[in-house]
Amino acid sequence: MAQDITIKITDRDGVTHEVQAPTDMNMNIMELVRSYELAPEGTIGICGGMAMCASCQCYVLNEVPLPEKNPDEEAMLWEAFNVKDNSRLGCQLHITEAMDGLEIELAPES
Amino acid sequence: MIETDILIIGAGPTGLFAVFEAGLLKLKCHIIDALPQPGGQLAELYPKKPIYDIPGYPEVLAGDLVNNLMEQIKQFQPGFTLAETAETIDKLDDGTFIVTTNKGTKHHAKAIAIAGGLGTFEPRKPEIENINFYEEKGVEYFVKDPELFRDKKIVIAGGGDSALDWSIFLADVASEVTLIHRRNEFRGALDSVEKLQEYKKLGLVNLVTPAEVVRLHGDDHLTAITINSDGQEQIIETDYFIPLFGLTPKLGPIANWGLEIEKNAIKVNNALDYQTNIDGIYAIGDVNIYPGKLKLILCGFHEATLMCQSVYNRLNPGKRYVLKYTTVSGVDGFDGTRKEAEKAVVKSID
Repeated sequence: MAQDITIKITDRDGVTHEVQAPTDMNMNIMELVRSYELAPEGTIGICGGMAMCASCQCYVLNEVPLPEKNPDEEAMLWEAFNVKDNSRLGCQLHITEAMDGLEIELAPES
Repeated sequence: MIETDILIIGAGPTGLFAVFEAGLLKLKCHIIDALPQPGGQLAELYPKKPIYDIPGYPEVLAGDLVNNLMEQIKQFQPGFTLAETAETIDKLDDGTFIVTTNKGTKHHAKAIAIAGGLGTFEPRKPEIENINFYEEKGVEYFVKDPELFRDKKIVIAGGGDSALDWSIFLADVASEVTLIHRRNEFRGALDSVEKLQEYKKLGLVNLVTPAEVVRLHGDDHLTAITINSDGQEQIIETDYFIPLFGLTPKLGPIANWGLEIEKNAIKVNNALDYQTNIDGIYAIGDVNIYPGKLKLILCGFHEATLMCQSVYNRLNPGKRYVLKYTTVSGVDGFDGTRKEAEKAVVKSID
């Protein structure tokens, strides 16, 4: 059975949660945040994970190997608000074992 | 005053399908939606994306599903109030409702079905000083009526499908179209990107990239904008500025209707009929919440069907009715049309 990994998520109120993330359910970081209810429904994953709304924007806080941004994610981050150098879209970060120990912070709602 | 049996708030797939189920029960529907076209998220966010979990369709484009639903309900002649937001609700002594939109349009209905999805889509506004002042005085977040821009100078900002498609469309309407985007790359359907390239070459659209609009000018109405391109500022004269930076859904005024809200959704009685805490107001589709709720189009269709049965019973107390199958009974439209299965013949074969 695939191992769960540990990810630290700081919510929009500044509270950090250490959560276990499955690696065998084709889940992404946006869905992980929703599954632990770390952001109110309707404020994250609005487009369902199509890189079309940036409601799942997060800031990556540590050096963990992540997939490169695809053109959709890059284009959306150009349009989004509150974007920083370490911004990523949670919906485009598919959870893999290599992400163990990842620390992220949710970007403000916009 | 618009009169209807069921007033549906939200023209997404769930709201549209409710018209069909209501029609089978001879109930007339009218739909309000904040967007200028029906289809909700499917039409606005991802019309060209495939959906794979609609029963009976191995694959269907979101836009095609909307078109099919519109075709399926047309014989029930639904009314539409588009590009308006349901703002206030009044319950009358006889148990009926009056819903008024932000533009003052009044609707009188015997029952209300909120099928508002994630909420009302509100435009994401760029952070430009005074932009609120110029709203409806030169700043437009939607293209509701292209004729507004006939022979006018317009500036569109954005890099997605809406910005591309409207720049191309309005090139034939406006006297001058300028498209401004923060980067050189555009994200949209290939044919739209290629068409814009062609329009740029032909001088039909002025393309300014990478650039952004930083200031708006004009006394009573917009007359010009300042753009910043690589640190260089430039003033462009224009009659209209149309920023197209996507939409964010908000539950909006419905949140103040006295409905029980949980997790940004409306609580309903799912054991029975998806009615809210207010008698006669239902919530169906992504906008509702109950134990085990799944935000899926197919679940919205089911909820719409049960809602219509409940409204029928509410409006016709004591009147007996059993569920009928369209295969057997056919479909009688309000427009006089009838659809029915071809009758089998009884004939001897020599």
